[in-house]
Amino acid sequence: MINILFFAQIRELLGESSIQVEAIAEITTAEELRANLASKNEQWGKVLASDKLLVAVNQTISRWDMQVEDGDEVAFFPPVTGG
Amino acid sequence: MPANVSKVLVQTQDFSVADEYALIADDYRDGAVVTFVGKVRDFNYGGMVTDLTLEHYPGMTEEVLSQIIVEARERWSLNKVTIIHRVGTMALGDQIVFIGVTSAHRKAAFSAGEFLIDFLKTKAPFWKLESGEAGKNWLDAKDADEQAAKMWDIP
Repeated sequence: MINILFFAQIRELLGESSIQVEAIAEITTAEELRANLASKNEQWGKVLASDKLLVAVNQTISRWDMQVEDGDEVAFFPPVTGG
Repeated sequence: MPANVSKVLVQTQDFSVADEYALIADDYRDGAVVTFVGKVRDFNYGGMVTDLTLEHYPGMTEEVLSQIIVEARERWSLNKVTIIHRVGTMALGDQIVFIGVTSAHRKAAFSAGEFLIDFLKTKAPFWKLESGEAGKNWLDAKDADEQAAKMWDIP
């Protein structure tokens, strides 16, 4: 399983804070995982298509070609605004 | 000689600047103590603000803040470094973030303090949700913050 987390407005727009998906051969990178989730429905497709979307793999901000595998924690969120 | 001390806290409760100051200011080797406090202000681009909610990514946040301190220590000779960041809902005037840095000389403490807040604003997974006249509004990341962080890039 891949544990997926959503934060801030991404979490609100999707209506989910976390989901789990089966690790499958078609998902080898963060970009492929995003594409897989985006195919769920129109709303998910729109939200996850944002060019501002960031991804963290195992709690480190990553590039979209980062490898994703079984047991990983992958988080999607907007640019950060703390401080 | 005692090891340099770093402290990172992410918490809902408020902090005491006096207590945090006392904790970092007790070393006779330091000639400089620089502190910064970020607060909830009553306006933003969307108009009047009534309260602010901070969300974060538990686990990753603490790791990123610790890493930012490691980077600051690589650039300047620092003794004590404290970062406290609050999460949850805060009222106008409430304290959001505390940064404290001590060093032998003021320049390192000033520079490191500014570096820490600039980096925190662009690297640490916190998100601000404002409530105000126009309802609730997630704040957009500001290009100015990104530029401020880039200013510290080593050419």
